[in-house]
Amino acid sequence: MLRLEGLDKTYATGDRALKAVDLEVSKGQVLALIGPSGAGKSTLIRCVNRLVEPTGGKAYLDDVELTTLSSAALRRERRRMGMIFQEYALVERLTVMENVLSGRLGYVGFWRSFLRRFPQSDVDEAYRLLDRVGLLHMADKRADELSGGQRQRVGICRALIQNPALLLVDEPTASLDPKTSREIMRLIVEMCRERGLAAIINIHDVALAQMFVERVVGLELGALVFDGTPDELTPDVLTRIYGEEDWEATIEKVDEDDNEASQ
Amino acid sequence: MTGPSVSELDTIIGNSWKKPAFIKRTWLRWGLLIGALIYLVLAINSVEVNWHRVWEGLDRGARFVAAFARPDFVTRWTDISAGMLESIIMTIASSVVGIAISIPIGLGAARNISPLPVYLVCRGIVAISRALQEIIVAILLVAIFGFGPLAGFLTLSFATIGFLSKLLAEDIEAMDKVQAEAIRASGARWWQWINYGVQPQVMPRLIGLSMYRLDINFRESAILGLVGAGGIGATLNTAFDRYEYDTAAAILIIIIVIVMGLEYLSGIIRARVQ
Amino acid sequence: MVSIKRSDGSQVWRKRTTGQSMVRWFGWLVGVAVFVWAWNFISEATTWFFVWDAPRIAGDIFSRATPPRWSYMEKLWEPIWDTLNIATLGTIFALFMAIPVAFMAARNTTPSRWIVRPIALLIIVSTRSINSLIWALLLIAIIGPGVFAGIVAISIRSIGFCAKLLYEAIEEINEVQVEAITATGASKLQTMAYGIVPQIMPAFAGIAVFRWDINIRESTVLGLVGAGGIGLQLSSSLNVLAWPQVTLILLVILLAVVIGEWVSAKVRGAII
Repeated sequence: MLRLEGLDKTYATGDRALKAVDLEVSKGQVLALIGPSGAGKSTLIRCVNRLVEPTGGKAYLDDVELTTLSSAALRRERRRMGMIFQEYALVERLTVMENVLSGRLGYVGFWRSFLRRFPQSDVDEAYRLLDRVGLLHMADKRADELSGGQRQRVGICRALIQNPALLLVDEPTASLDPKTSREIMRLIVEMCRERGLAAIINIHDVALAQMFVERVVGLELGALVFDGTPDELTPDVLTRIYGEEDWEATIEKVDEDDNEASQ
Repeated sequence: MTGPSVSELDTIIGNSWKKPAFIKRTWLRWGLLIGALIYLVLAINSVEVNWHRVWEGLDRGARFVAAFARPDFVTRWTDISAGMLESIIMTIASSVVGIAISIPIGLGAARNISPLPVYLVCRGIVAISRALQEIIVAILLVAIFGFGPLAGFLTLSFATIGFLSKLLAEDIEAMDKVQAEAIRASGARWWQWINYGVQPQVMPRLIGLSMYRLDINFRESAILGLVGAGGIGATLNTAFDRYEYDTAAAILIIIIVIVMGLEYLSGIIRARVQ
Repeated sequence: MVSIKRSDGSQVWRKRTTGQSMVRWFGWLVGVAVFVWAWNFISEATTWFFVWDAPRIAGDIFSRATPPRWSYMEKLWEPIWDTLNIATLGTIFALFMAIPVAFMAARNTTPSRWIVRPIALLIIVSTRSINSLIWALLLIAIIGPGVFAGIVAISIRSIGFCAKLLYEAIEEINEVQVEAITATGASKLQTMAYGIVPQIMPAFAGIAVFRWDINIRESTVLGLVGAGGIGLQLSSSLNVLAWPQVTLILLVILLAVVIGEWVSAKVRGAII
């Protein structure tokens, strides 16, 4: 459903962040994108919804070619790609409900959204999502009153209310503690299963990635260097992606942690 | 995940949602809104606008705007240059004197380094200086000292004291106590303590504020001439009276350019001292 | 700070090198020379006889100016109302005009960096550099004396001030929040309303109240050049040397300024 063909990005500074990346994600597939910081993970997912303009190659969402769309058509396609951010990126001075409903902006006219008159079906869906993530009672709180984990849940609701076909997730757990990180990852993966969504999850925590996803893609200096199942992530592969280090410990830890983590 | 009970969701679904109001108390919210509306209606109605006069004036306004495209620096250049020189001199002299006086007063107005009687006197001076606008002070000083740049110079010095002392005092009150106490603990005298413990901490900001005040003094010096306290204001006033828009435009352009230059300069200086 | 090696090899600590202190001393010298020159200029333009006579004149004026003529108060209510309106309406108009200018001037929201932004910056610097009294003079020449000229003068002077503070606030917003709204497929206008406006709202409210406070001060003297408000009464009282009335007016202005400052401090406290 998402197909990248030779996607390339060179920044104005001359840094080539993506080197002709080819990638295909099928419907409902949850994929973790791992790699050291600076490998181009963020750039890759931002090139898909064109928050960053790619400088070469093509990206197809179903059969729509994204890289050449006009701005109006791009906005229509962005509605089908929900995005979840590293530092939650909630608008902190708006309420939780407004943040969730802002996911519907692509569907609602300016004045309706400006006056906060969203269709009842949107409001109901927002309540359902908030209930699903356990934050219904926080609906009218301001976003900056929430804890990190709660904020990320609101961020997930905002992405889901778009009714997307694909989630682009950028380091969802980077600023969360280990326990909350797992809860958030589990929530994202569960939601994708429930709704049959495909997802690209950028994540630097290899253990966490292995725990939750069915496919792992490794990026190093803007190029794909690994594509396989979590089991195939051997120390050799990790060395290839991240450089020399004792990887046995990381991989073993995963199994232990997984048992502990079951609530 | 343990969410609220299903029934809570069921009761909420189908309800309309409104953004919670900024002011929670309903009567206060509506009271303020209606009060503001009534005020606006009354205020706007009490403004008498002679639209006929405004309509006629648009033509003059257009001529003034056009004058900016071809300002006349030449015809009244002697008046302009004399007025500008006077403004600049008043600015420099009053900034120097004002800053020199505001430092002791600023020290005195900082509660953490000065005794209470001194504090009260200094705060009093600051309050008076800040409450009186430059132009009113200038009127009084012209009445007392006669026309000329002396009145303007005194006005700007006085205004500088209120502005700078207050900010300086606030800065000293907010400074890092530990650093200052470390110097005091070494057995320093009061002035040594000020010199080594206080001065280094507030100096960069003092320089920045002084530059900013220099800028303000220049802008203010441009209006003091209206009441006879010297500077370019008198020339400007004459130009308006005679409808010599091209000369007025020339003066305004010079003022804008000097203000821009001062801002640029103060930007550089502030970047260097911080 | 440097340490200098003496000829005998011992190190001496100095705050500055010899060259640096020479430059410093030269700087001070030039500064003092400029000040002396400026002072001479002022001194030559001054009739010192009046200055030596000043204490007597000041005493004379003081004795004539007290007590204030309280009965004059009844003629001041309307000018006070006008003054308040000039400040308030002027601030409101200025804010309306400052908002688009600020968005055009901020690096992250400007539609075009090389054409629109310089124009917006020019508007800011030119309206800001010129005192409201001068704007009032100009407007009186154009549209005639009165409260309306005062309102327009105050609003023009305030545009640059408000727009400058506002565009600095816009440049400091958190861009990721804006990115998140963009990613939902929101239009430019919606992104502004949801991503930018909530972030700058507190700054905006603070600027509005702050400028209103300054405008109260400025509108009290606009009447000196004929632009309405209590300054008109001040100017006419001064013209006829009615000192007791002048005293009363100055007291009223002082009170207005203090009340203005108090209100703005209260409102700012409530918002932030």
